[in-house]
Amino acid sequence: MKPAEFAYVRPASVAEACAVLASNPDARVVAGGQTLVPMLAMRLARPSILVDILRLPELAGIAEEPGTLVIGATTRQVEAERSSLVASRLPLLAAALPWVGHPPTRNRGTVGGSLANADPSAEIPLVAVALEAEIVTEDEGGRFAMPADDFFIGPMLTAAPEAGLLTQVRFPVWSEPCVGVGFHEVSARRSDFAFVSAAAQVALDPDGRCTRIALGIGGVGDRPVRLDVAGLVGTRVEGDRVAQAVEAAAAVLEPTSDLHASAAYRRRVAILLGARAIGDAVADAQEKGAGR
Amino acid sequence: MKVALLVNGAVREVDVEPRKTLLDTLREDLSLTGAHAGCEHGVCGACTVLVDGAPVRSCLMFAVQADGLDITTIEGLASAPGELSVLQDSFCETHGLQCGFCTPGMILASHALLEANPAPTRADIAEAISGNICRCTGYGQIVEAVELAAERLRLANAPRAAAGGRP
Ligand code: FES
Ligand code: FES
Repeated sequence: MKPAEFAYVRPASVAEACAVLASNPDARVVAGGQTLVPMLAMRLARPSILVDILRLPELAGIAEEPGTLVIGATTRQVEAERSSLVASRLPLLAAALPWVGHPPTRNRGTVGGSLANADPSAEIPLVAVALEAEIVTEDEGGRFAMPADDFFIGPMLTAAPEAGLLTQVRFPVWSEPCVGVGFHEVSARRSDFAFVSAAAQVALDPDGRCTRIALGIGGVGDRPVRLDVAGLVGTRVEGDRVAQAVEAAAAVLEPTSDLHASAAYRRRVAILLGARAIGDAVADAQEKGAGR
Repeated sequence: MKVALLVNGAVREVDVEPRKTLLDTLREDLSLTGAHAGCEHGVCGACTVLVDGAPVRSCLMFAVQADGLDITTIEGLASAPGELSVLQDSFCETHGLQCGFCTPGMILASHALLEANPAPTRADIAEAISGNICRCTGYGQIVEAVELAAERLRLANAPRAAAGGRP
């Protein structure tokens, strides 16, 4: 459990980091290290050089722009978890963060690191896909933004540039007055890798009808998937209709089987948790509506 | 690489390979063997230390990444050599440890919890130590230890009436 040798640099800017990455094809970016360091310890990764971006001031922090919440790549998960901006503008991320690892790993782990590592069962990528966030990367050629859905290609595989790094994630903020969220997950132990996870966000009009809905499912295949349940828009989102809509949308899932859960189990639980997350989101939105 | 760490309040300079974890550096270069090497890949929590006051896994951090940071190990919790902190003493009193392998990590994780939250619920305590594995106790007495310490710390400076007449 000791990593192989590597060199270590702590560049002073994103530009300098990109230059190091461009001249060292097998370099790896490290920030919080909560995914990469175990891989180094098990020698599943053997980079010649680690480029530590954690202290780059330009990459940290949470900022609001019109209609968007921008989270810098090296923002620690614990900071996002405790952020009042995230709680008010991005309640779905706030609901998902307590499920990310454990308190000690959230103290070091970063929002960008979770996205860049693209574990299919990770919660932050799931929320990014469900809410159609935009992922911004940078290399020597410049800045590049792409939808989260295009960014995640497969397990631990992304469309990030070869010699670049993830710099920020841009989440759309829903500005409707009544927005509710729901998050559910099944794993062997709390905070272990999810076999299935579901994230839902719902906006209701004053009459309680759905005006917008988003649903994402994680852990079932090789990347998080957004399910199309737009058929529920305009309805009251209740009764059997919800489970039916989720079940129909779940046809696009390609669940995998492993030691822990079969593909059939994953599909069944994905539908169940998806409907449950929507139910919670509706109740949450109604509660917020009643409170105003 | 030369690295300066602020360990338990004192600046310690070490010369380490970049691949040396903070855990190994504490144990081998600084003889602070209270941080235990369990799994060495981030699963067990035995290596927990406080970095800038927050519990982290020292096996998932290289010493070079800790350059200039404030590190507290289990050796830094008691007020003087041979003494125990209130929390450490509570672990003894409730039999919150058996073999003791997980204990430094459990205590540092709980210490950080009590710094932030003087009156944690059992759920708060369970969450705080959820990343630390114990193979002996079954956790019940560990949770009791943290509850007892929280109560003692709350009462420490309470006026006599609030402390129920207790000294
Ligand atoms: S030794 Fe660090 S988590 Fe197990
Ligand atoms: S007391 Fe033995 S592992 Fe916890």
